[in-house]
Amino acid sequence: MKQMDDGNEAIIKIRNIRKSFGGIMAVKDLSFDLFEGEVLGVIGPNGAGKTTIANIISGFLKPDFGDVFFRGKKLTGLPPYRVAELGVTRTFQVVRPYPSLKTYKSLIVPLWSPRARRFAGSRGGDRDAVAIDLLEEVGFERDAYVPYKLASALPLGYLKRLELARCLALRPEVIICDEVLSGLSMSEIASLIPLVERLHIKRVTLLMIEHRLRELFSVADRVIVVDFGTKIAEGVPEQVMEDERVKRAYLGEEVDL
Amino acid sequence: MPAEDRRKERLDRGIKARTEGLYAISSWREITYLLAPRAALVLGLLIAPAVVPGLYWQRVLGLAGVYALLAISFDFLAERVGLVCIGGAFMIGVGGYISGVLNYYFHLPLALTIPVGTFGGALICTLLWLPCLPLRGIYFAVVTFMFPFLAGSIILAGGLFRGTEGLSPIAGFPNIWVGVYLIIVLVLFAVFALRRLCGEDIGLVFAGIKDNDQAVLASAINITRVKVYALFIATVIGCFAGTFVAHFSGFVGLSLFAIDFTIMPIAACVMGGPGTIAGPAVGAFMLSPLSELLRGFGQLRVVLYCLVLVGFILYKPEGLLNWATRRYHQFEHWVKL
Repeated sequence: MKQMDDGNEAIIKIRNIRKSFGGIMAVKDLSFDLFEGEVLGVIGPNGAGKTTIANIISGFLKPDFGDVFFRGKKLTGLPPYRVAELGVTRTFQVVRPYPSLKTYKSLIVPLWSPRARRFAGSRGGDRDAVAIDLLEEVGFERDAYVPYKLASALPLGYLKRLELARCLALRPEVIICDEVLSGLSMSEIASLIPLVERLHIKRVTLLMIEHRLRELFSVADRVIVVDFGTKIAEGVPEQVMEDERVKRAYLGEEVDL
Repeated sequence: MPAEDRRKERLDRGIKARTEGLYAISSWREITYLLAPRAALVLGLLIAPAVVPGLYWQRVLGLAGVYALLAISFDFLAERVGLVCIGGAFMIGVGGYISGVLNYYFHLPLALTIPVGTFGGALICTLLWLPCLPLRGIYFAVVTFMFPFLAGSIILAGGLFRGTEGLSPIAGFPNIWVGVYLIIVLVLFAVFALRRLCGEDIGLVFAGIKDNDQAVLASAINITRVKVYALFIATVIGCFAGTFVAHFSGFVGLSLFAIDFTIMPIAACVMGGPGTIAGPAVGAFMLSPLSELLRGFGQLRVVLYCLVLVGFILYKPEGLLNWATRRYHQFEHWVKL
């Protein structure tokens, strides 16, 4: 994206990352940029290496080769909590709630982190109230009983929101959303999209790994298509879906019978 | 009252109806309802040394306090932080040897040896276990279980601190009452302090680490550092128990690394109610006199711990206190319609 390059510095640069698990190359010499304030979609068939990319950026996996930079600072090699500390947060595809804690109490954990405490200032003492505010921001009803329920009692839609709330508690600069829309009902998705748009307006940079193409395309500025660990297309959503290689990756080869 | 004019209502109905974070302060009945179990624990333990028959049973109570502290420490780490640490004997040994050596060789008074043994011992335990902290669940348990044997072997092989003979005499407490009440007050303090701590923000982070440490990592928190805090708190408790044993029995030797100090707290914890912190303390105060009654059977007493352990795991895995709490909240009274 030439026009992005000019006015806008890349907030995250990914350079030639490679990761293999045993004999399988999950990510193969992948490079791309994430620009400040954009919503970048990463799509690709199952097993294309999308979640591995999220794990590498967030520090949960070390790449065999290549580097990730955040505002010019090297992220590769940092432990996950240091990456989050810098403001690059992530959600998990398989949600990771704290089953024994009440929902709003589980946000006390990120609010207790040094990064959140730095931002908190005078409201640092009332973390419960901040937690409730955050839950409301991601779409929990303020007066309903839901925030006070145990996280283990919540349906998946709320748990995905809780994942996002955990990121927001850290006042992130980048959120890597690993399939926040998958597994949700249509109405749950419809209520999550405005949240993504709100974050976009606030100029939080979003990297959205998704399978739900229609919903993703309604919010994404740019899309990268990954297959077998390599980037096969990049561009605005409409342009990308016209690409022959993308069609082949999703639909398979045309064969003469 | 005719039957149709009244119905049964749970005693805690009024309390439950309000938020659980705010305790009932609206009526004396509710305050009593909430305070009664806590008061029973406090008063029961405070009265016990005065009513037991004779010196022998007072000593038993003192030792029960040691097991209670170990059980609290184990329960806190295992159920509230997710670190299964079965090195109780190591904490006892380290704490005991530090204060024993300071007292035997340097003739330092108790007022110095106990704090140095407690905090110095906790520092040593924490530093030695620090490399194992990334291990989870059973792996951490296995490593911590090895340490008492390791320390015992080193002392034996090196002939350190008079080897098998041990150090004796070690200065004791001025009288039995000081010793027994010191440990009982500290058991009570540990129970209430740890329960409070677990409800504080850092306690929620502990719970988060137990439930899902990856999510805590993604929350920009250095989980190893938080585990170190928890481990230090738990080893302070364990090492204090160690210094207490040294001064209470007037002897420091290899028996401080005995497996009893590891197994018994686990049995007490499972019996009393894992995760409640008060439960394991109660369990220890029940189990340890029981095992004294069976002293005639000698080493077979370990069988008792194991029987309790297996029995409760199979038939009452929630433990006594969780069960009692549940029943207590089910008490009903008649109310007029």
